[in-house]
Amino acid sequence: MSNVLEMLQNGFVRNFITDDRYLFIVNGFFTTLQITFFAVLLGICVGFLIAMIRATHDMTGKLKLPNFICRLYLTVIRGTPTMVQLLILYFIIFASVNNKTVVAILAFGINSGAYVAEIVRSGIMSIDKGQMEAGRSLGFNYIQSMVYIVLPQALKNVLPALGNEMIVLLKETAISGYIAIQDLTKGGDIIRSRTYDPYFPLLTVAAIYLIIVMIMTYFVNRLERRLRNSDH
Amino acid sequence: MTTESLIKVEHLEKKFGEMKALSDINTEIKKGEVVVVIGPSGSGKSTFLRCLNLLEVPTNGKIFFENVDITDKKTDINIHRQKMGMVFQHFNLFPHMTILKNMIIAPMKLQKKSEKEATDIAMTLLKRVGLEERANAYPSQLSGGQKQRIAIVRALCMQPEVMLFDEPTSALDPEMVGEVLEVMKGLAKENMTMVVVTHEMGFAKEVATRVMFMADGKQVEEGTPKEIFESPKSERLKTFLAKVLS
Repeated sequence: MSNVLEMLQNGFVRNFITDDRYLFIVNGFFTTLQITFFAVLLGICVGFLIAMIRATHDMTGKLKLPNFICRLYLTVIRGTPTMVQLLILYFIIFASVNNKTVVAILAFGINSGAYVAEIVRSGIMSIDKGQMEAGRSLGFNYIQSMVYIVLPQALKNVLPALGNEMIVLLKETAISGYIAIQDLTKGGDIIRSRTYDPYFPLLTVAAIYLIIVMIMTYFVNRLERRLRNSDH
Repeated sequence: MTTESLIKVEHLEKKFGEMKALSDINTEIKKGEVVVVIGPSGSGKSTFLRCLNLLEVPTNGKIFFENVDITDKKTDINIHRQKMGMVFQHFNLFPHMTILKNMIIAPMKLQKKSEKEATDIAMTLLKRVGLEERANAYPSQLSGGQKQRIAIVRALCMQPEVMLFDEPTSALDPEMVGEVLEVMKGLAKENMTMVVVTHEMGFAKEVATRVMFMADGKQVEEGTPKEIFESPKSERLKTFLAKVLS
């Protein structure tokens, strides 16, 4: 028993204390959070814009060219691996940009935007068209009817799917290491390569992801419950 | 009653693809008139009504509201719609807002009324339909008849010049039809200009100043309730009345 404890203690010291190796985890954690946070923001902005264009086209037949561009974007983004998109963005499109984190944020944000767009669009299309008509009949223009009447209802319906998309995005940032960003995953892996001990660093990294996901799930659920209160 | 023209329809035509839903409709609705549109289903009554506030865009013809051609592309229809209240068959209340919020959102956002001002108007109207206690309820907590009464007062909150009713009682349980018709009769008594598409012949007889009979997208006959119900001229109207009044 004492042997096991001693082993654990030695492992902990070797993996995290020696040479301040815990910093790989701590800095990686903040890098991962930073990339995820801004990519989620970007994804939501891009996603909403595209969802509005696509839904408007579906309902009114207008915006033919923007809709075509959006569909092209959706097809390309959803049809290729995220990692390939990240590499293309880093090595081809932004080859001259030095800030790797910004490139990662752009890559994950643009990628997430495609999924958010389809989630939000399905939410908009699920709202009875009488709601839009009632808004228009009161004198609201199309955008006002969307913002005050259709979108709040649509969002409530798609909130679980949106929360899920954010969780997927968080986990997807684990491939940032491929463009030499020291995120949480890469940080753990660097420790592993120095100590030749896979257990401590990798299990720690996994546990941290799990905890972030659980916290996100908690907040999404709470928000969902709060919104549900309004329609009994 | 004034004789000022509020809505004027000239050669209105509406096609859905190849299907002609309305052909050559001409009419004039004066201030204070209650025009009831009757006819078999699929006759274009609802399409006609929805054309009046451009929820359906006419294929041809012109519609004038307060002497402005609202079918003109340059006209800002949103401003005119503020003066044309509309009540739908399926109520279309906003389920994510309380009753009060349903009523005050448009006056506040569009007419720039203060919350207090809009609430005062809303509460007065709610009292009138006997639902002031439900101001903070959500639409899903109301019965169909209550929902439709709210839908009517929601439209009234904008203080419109004309009210358009699209089969307001067709989705209601029979015992709730009366309470909604009562509200509409009250409006008619106050000289509100109304255009009502309905299957309630009793309402048409009692309240209408003019009845318009439509069939197959055409305006077949028009006249006072007496003329339409007691001495119908066309065969089409006679067979229709025989069916609905029997």
